[in-house]
Amino acid sequence: MKRNHFYLATVPLLAMTLLAGCYHRDDDRVSYEVRVTNLTEAQPLSPLAVILHRDGYAIWQVGSAASDGLERLAEGGNPDALLLEASANPAVITTVADSTAILPGTSSSVTLMSHAKGNLALSLATMLVNTNDGFTGIKAEILDGLARQQSRSITVRAYDAGTEANSESVATVPGPAAGGEGYNTVRDDRDSVGGHPGVISSDDGLSGSALNASHRFDSPVALVTITRLE
Amino acid sequence: MQRIIYSLIAAGSLAAMPVMAQDLDITITNLTHGTYFTPLLISAHPGGNHLFQPGVAATTSLQAMAEGGDISGLVADTTVLGADNAENPATGLLAPGASTSFTMMTSSGNDHLSITAMLLPTNDGFVGLDEMKIPVVAGTYRYTLNGYDAGTEANNEIVNGGGTPGVAGVPGDPGGAAGTGGTSVTTTEANTVVHIHRGVLGDTDPTGGASDLDSRVHRWLNPVAELVITVN
Repeated sequence: MKRNHFYLATVPLLAMTLLAGCYHRDDDRVSYEVRVTNLTEAQPLSPLAVILHRDGYAIWQVGSAASDGLERLAEGGNPDALLLEASANPAVITTVADSTAILPGTSSSVTLMSHAKGNLALSLATMLVNTNDGFTGIKAEILDGLARQQSRSITVRAYDAGTEANSESVATVPGPAAGGEGYNTVRDDRDSVGGHPGVISSDDGLSGSALNASHRFDSPVALVTITRLE
Repeated sequence: MQRIIYSLIAAGSLAAMPVMAQDLDITITNLTHGTYFTPLLISAHPGGNHLFQPGVAATTSLQAMAEGGDISGLVADTTVLGADNAENPATGLLAPGASTSFTMMTSSGNDHLSITAMLLPTNDGFVGLDEMKIPVVAGTYRYTLNGYDAGTEANNEIVNGGGTPGVAGVPGDPGGAAGTGGTSVTTTEANTVVHIHRGVLGDTDPTGGASDLDSRVHRWLNPVAELVITVN
């Protein structure tokens, strides 16, 4: 009897909770689809690291040393450490790692959701895997101007993490062109983030380069399309 | 809630209503060091249409333009859309550093602009603008355009007159700086959809090497063109 009462009392409560949930979703939630298209000839992009945040988070700073997480992404294509660092920052609302690499000419997307509205920005990073420590991404793109179902497309250039010399050697480039080592702790380049100078390749006379002319690239290297879903 | 959604849709379709006819002054400048533009096509057309799209396979019309500079297919495709086109405003090649200026009257609804021209000498490189909303407020607007690769031909960099779609090779070098006897840079194209051109390799051997192009003359970095639109 008691048990039955409890059950009956629970049903409307559950229903109310569900309704409240619906109401909450419609009015207080924003979500964004972030799609990245690889515009290079032969530079697969590593799984995306995407961060939704407010003022106070900098995924990188040109002229300053890369964080350990960015170094791990830019040298080895692993987004996890960068996203862990981000999650520890109070300005960060949510993070997501994509599950797949993005081959040249293809695209992949992730979705981020937030109950916090206003002053939202998006940052993103992904490695050009046939490089030593090249990456691309966006830094703190302001999202507040986007209405529901509206999209914004941004083309992005390549950056150099500055954490590994650009030898292009078979031992140090982790992508399919070489199959070399990804991340290591040594920082044997200028140790600050900057624009990527591009790759040279063996076809252009860099002895010891595992790359050929197909791995060369010019800006932009990717198209990022942000769509506000709700 | 339904009502809100419907009214949003209505607002959206209002926003998409064709704008008034426009009177535009346009100037396009070739910013490259030694690369010519073949006849330009500037098309004002309804939104949602494209001469090309990054990440999408080239149409046969785009391929003909990118491999041989032939814009007739793209002209036909856009004519079907009721587009307002400026065809070949430079009356032939637009040399490195040169500009072409012209006027376009666009009809109501043709509120997006697309541009293409082949980059010569390349295998299937082109300068492009994909479906950009034309500004409506009177004033002068400045843009830069990038070099794309149609993804339809391997970039062998062999100058052999091959400009017909499907025929490998570079049609020619208008500047006369190309060499001969190249052994071919590559026989494959890894990315077979439209993408950003990686640039040409070239070499410094006029009678041999991998490429017939001269790396000191024919390389470029994006952007490859400047577009200035004055909305009158």
